[in-house]
Amino acid sequence: MALTKAEMAERLFDDLGLNKREAKEMVELFFEKIRAALEDGSQVKLSGFGNFDLREKKERPGRNPKTGQEIPISARRVVTFRPGQKLKARVEGYAGSE
Amino acid sequence: MTKSELIEEIAKDQNHLPQRDVELAVKCILEHMSESLASGDRIEIRGFGSFSLHYRPPRQGRNPKTGESVALAGKYVPHFKPGKELRERVNDAFQNNP
Repeated sequence: MALTKAEMAERLFDDLGLNKREAKEMVELFFEKIRAALEDGSQVKLSGFGNFDLREKKERPGRNPKTGQEIPISARRVVTFRPGQKLKARVEGYAGSE
Repeated sequence: MTKSELIEEIAKDQNHLPQRDVELAVKCILEHMSESLASGDRIEIRGFGSFSLHYRPPRQGRNPKTGESVALAGKYVPHFKPGKELRERVNDAFQNNP
């Protein structure tokens, strides 16, 4: 099962005793403040978890996969995530589901 | 933006909560996310993005000091795919103010 905002809010309610509304707002604000910083052109560094970096991509040739027609992919700014050492170490040990 | 700046940003909008509570909440959310990935579960946040694990197959590596060849086991690494709203907000801001 995938982790969602509702479960994060539930955890804040259970572990920290925030009320349901506060917990929901807290989770919303957490993601909104990260989005706003990235929109503003700032990198976001969350130690122990990872960094959200911004990269600028030059225009490059692309193709419409349906029609095969060539259309350029315009220059753009994209978000990339670089997991931190601690998160990488915790995930590396995962043995897989199969 | 660092984790402590994120905490300050959220605290500004949650002035009924002490900054200490915001700090605990941010740490709780990050721990919940790390824990989820470490147990092989995805994270799905609409408008922000999704985190999942990507498998890296075993390979022959090299000890950079000795040049000796070493067998590296297969492992999982965290992967982030930005969601539509995050992608659009970051790129629109860039197009309007490169």
